[in-house]
Amino acid sequence: MSNAHEQHAASGGQHGSLKSYMVGFGLSIALTLLSFGCVMAGLVPHHLIMPALMVFCIAQVLVQLGFFLHMGIAPEQRENLMVMVCALIFIGIVVVGSLWVLHNMNAYMMPGMSHGG
Amino acid sequence: MNSSVITADGIAVHEEHHDDSSKTLLGFWIYLMSDCLIFSALFATFAVLSHAYAGGPTGKDIFDLKYVLGETMLLLVSSFTFGMAMLNMHADKRNKLLGWMVITFLFGAAFVGMEIHEFVGLIHEGAGPDRSAFLSAYFFLVGTHGLHVTCGLIWMGVMMHMVHRYGLDGIVKRRLSCLSLFWHFLDVIWICVFTFVYLHGVL
Repeated sequence: MSNAHEQHAASGGQHGSLKSYMVGFGLSIALTLLSFGCVMAGLVPHHLIMPALMVFCIAQVLVQLGFFLHMGIAPEQRENLMVMVCALIFIGIVVVGSLWVLHNMNAYMMPGMSHGG
Repeated sequence: MNSSVITADGIAVHEEHHDDSSKTLLGFWIYLMSDCLIFSALFATFAVLSHAYAGGPTGKDIFDLKYVLGETMLLLVSSFTFGMAMLNMHADKRNKLLGWMVITFLFGAAFVGMEIHEFVGLIHEGAGPDRSAFLSAYFFLVGTHGLHVTCGLIWMGVMMHMVHRYGLDGIVKRRLSCLSLFWHFLDVIWICVFTFVYLHGVL
């Protein structure tokens, strides 16, 4: 399996190392505890809880993508990255679109229904 | 190293795995992204219905954050231990790889166990998926994630058998790499679940 060893050495960065897994794991635990701490222990003022949760969520997703899924901007990973960006655009359309359309529907429907009922 | 990739019998595929591996991983990544779209549709559904309580219990009434924190830790640790397994796979240490996979499997199974326990408890309290649109969306979203983890566990069991029986050849390594992507991906989904379903739900 000498071939495999050479390959491993050549693309060692893509597999990650013990250190990168440890750092990723530590950051994940810290961000998770911060997220739960915001809600359970009131680490931040009430009106800032949701923005803080969003920040911690996005940060943790990026940590996991970087340290565990080994996503990066290296040329050999460009295809993966492009697929992901494409998926993110679709997700944006689905999630934002649904919330937007249905929020409007609610805003228009509810008064009419309550008058009628 | 030529175009025998498409042939269905395992023997032909066995020979040119190095060429094939990156393509397989890209294909699997495309599958994961499509899976991501399913989850995004479920998240959008949940967000739209998250206040449709129909007079039933709200997130504040039914979610126990300490319990969810426990589930989250199990999944995070399992993600890390699977990372350790992959490091040992790349170093061709078969027994250590199997050991870490067993640990990962136990943590994953504990997560699924906790989730089933949570669901059974909710249904017994009368907060089952039939109670309100909010609960339907909740059970569907979290249940779909749990189903994925369960499939991941079955896959992991199969892979442990393959590693044990065939050793670390190219095919086994490629499949383990796909499973690793799948397992870490489920962790990413769970981060969104605990943030937007549980933590946002109790606010």
